[in-house]
Amino acid sequence: MTGMPLLRVAGLSKSYGRRVGCTDVGFDLWPGEVLGVVGESGSGKTTLLNCIGGNLAPDAGKVVYDTRADGLRDTLAMSEPERRMLMRTDWAFVHQNPRDGLRMAVSAGANVGERLMAVGARHYGRIRGAALDWLERVEIAAERIDDRPAAFSGGMQQRLQIARNLVTGPRLVFMDEPTGGLDVSVQARLLDLIRGLVRELGLSAIIVTHDLAVVRLLADRLLVMKDGRVIEAGLTDQVLDDPQQAYTQLLVSSVLQV
Amino acid sequence: MTADYNFAYLDEQTKRMIRRALLKAVAVPGYQVPFASREMPMPYGWGTGGVQVTAACLTPDDTLKVIDQGADDTTNAVSIRNFFHRTAGIVTTEETEAASIIQTRHRIPEAPLSEQQILVYQVPIPEPLRFLEPRETETRKMHELQEYGLMHVKLYEDIARHGHIATTYAYPVKVAGRYVMDPSPIPKFDNPKLSDCAALQLFGAGREQRIYAIPPHTKVVSLDFEDHPFDPGHWDEDCALCGASNSYLDEVILDDAGGRMFVCSDSAHCRTRRKAGHVGPLGAPYKEEDA
Repeated sequence: MTGMPLLRVAGLSKSYGRRVGCTDVGFDLWPGEVLGVVGESGSGKTTLLNCIGGNLAPDAGKVVYDTRADGLRDTLAMSEPERRMLMRTDWAFVHQNPRDGLRMAVSAGANVGERLMAVGARHYGRIRGAALDWLERVEIAAERIDDRPAAFSGGMQQRLQIARNLVTGPRLVFMDEPTGGLDVSVQARLLDLIRGLVRELGLSAIIVTHDLAVVRLLADRLLVMKDGRVIEAGLTDQVLDDPQQAYTQLLVSSVLQV
Repeated sequence: MTADYNFAYLDEQTKRMIRRALLKAVAVPGYQVPFASREMPMPYGWGTGGVQVTAACLTPDDTLKVIDQGADDTTNAVSIRNFFHRTAGIVTTEETEAASIIQTRHRIPEAPLSEQQILVYQVPIPEPLRFLEPRETETRKMHELQEYGLMHVKLYEDIARHGHIATTYAYPVKVAGRYVMDPSPIPKFDNPKLSDCAALQLFGAGREQRIYAIPPHTKVVSLDFEDHPFDPGHWDEDCALCGASNSYLDEVILDDAGGRMFVCSDSAHCRTRRKAGHVGPLGAPYKEEDA
C-alpha cells in the first residue's frame, strides 16, 4: 500500500435546480479498500456515485484520482477523451439495472469483449479467449458465450455486467445497488463472487446500497447519507454496531432480524 | 431542356449551399457534413441525396451516367437520367469511360475511373454506428473521439454467429486513418476500389441530410480482425455472357428446375467486353442490334 489515497473526493456538490442531490461530500479511498455508501432512497447516494464516476457533472468539488500514468489528477479537469479513456480502462461501473450496463442486442462474448476492442484489441481469437476466461470467473457456462443477455436470468445478467467491466483490469469499481432486484439466494452468491473478486484482484470499490447486509459483508468503511449530506462515517462494524446519529440508529434498527 | 426549370432543377442558392457542404466534406475525408436537404420530386430512398449532389456538381458540359446496382437500364437509373436530361439538358451516356459524372446506387463501375470523373453515391443511412448506438449525440461523440471499438463489436458478433465476417455490403471502412465511414450499400467486393481511387467520390444522404466524401487517391481501409482479415469474396463461376472472371456477378434464375446463370452486374462493362469479342459459356457473339 502506498502512502497516497487512490481517490480523493472533496467538497462535491450537485443540485438539480432547487432540489439538492448531494452537498459537500468528501472522503478518501485507499487502494484495496471497499467503501460502502448507505442511506434511504433519495438521500443522494446514486447522484454521488454518478458524479464521481463521470456520468454526471457536479456543480462544485474535486475528484482526484491516482492515475497509472501521471499520478494524482483531478478527473473533473481532465479533457473528455482522457476521462472517457479512464472510465473504460481503469474504472468500472456496475449499474443497478444490468440493462443499463449491457448491450442487450449483442452476445455475451461481445459484451465482455467490447472494452477490449475499445482499447484497440483486434485479434478475434484472443478477445474470445479473454471473454471465455471471464465468463468462467463469474460462473457463466462457456456454452452461453454466444447467447444474448436477454436470454439470461437477472443474476446472470448482473454477473455478466461484472465480467464485462473487469475484463480490462480496472483498479476502481463503482457499484450502484449491485444486488437490487435479485432474490436472496442469488444475492448471496453474487455477493460471494464480488467479495472473492475484490479480494483476489485487490480492487478498490465504492458500493452504493440501501441494504445493510451487503455493506456488512463487503465494505471496510461506511458513509451514511441523509438529505444529500454525509452524516456519519467510520469502519463498517463500528458504524453498524455503535451508530451515533439518530438517523443511523433508525436505519440499523429497521433491519428485520430473522 | 425546358426553360421552366432552373439548370439542373435546384435553384442557385441551394446549389451553393450543397457545394459548401461538399467542399467541407472533401476537406475532412469521411466526415459527415450536415446539409439542408431539399424535397425532390421523387420519394426518399430513390436517391434524393445523390440527385442533389449531382445537381450541385453538374455543368452544361458534363456527360452523365447513372447506374442502379451496376445496370444502366433499371428503373431508378433510367428515371434519374431522364430527370437530368430534361432539367439540365446535358448529354447522358451508358459508357463508364465517356462520363464525367457517374451517379451510382450500390455499385462502383468495374472500369477504372480517372481524375476527370466524379462518382456520386446514393446513401440510405450514412451513420455506420447507428445499428449499435441509436443516439445521434453519442455517435457524434464517438466520431469526435475516434471511439470505434463498437464497430468491431459488430464484426465480432458476425464471426461468433457465422464463423466469418458475414457483413457483405455497407462494409465499414476507415478513411485516411481517421473517420469510420459507411461506404453506402455497395458490395464488399467493391471496397478495395474505394481506396486510392483517381476519381472524386461524393456521398449524399437526402433523408438523413448528410454529405461526405473521399478525395482522389485517399487511403481507405476495410475494418477487420488480425486473425479474420477482410476478404472481398469471389465466385466459382465466370460471367455467362462475357466470360469475365474478375467482375461482380448477379445470379439470374433461368427456370424452375434450378437452372441459373451468373452475369456481370455492371452492364456497361459486360457490353464493352462482348464488343471486344469476349464470349461466355451462355453468350452469343456480340451484334450491334443487340445494343
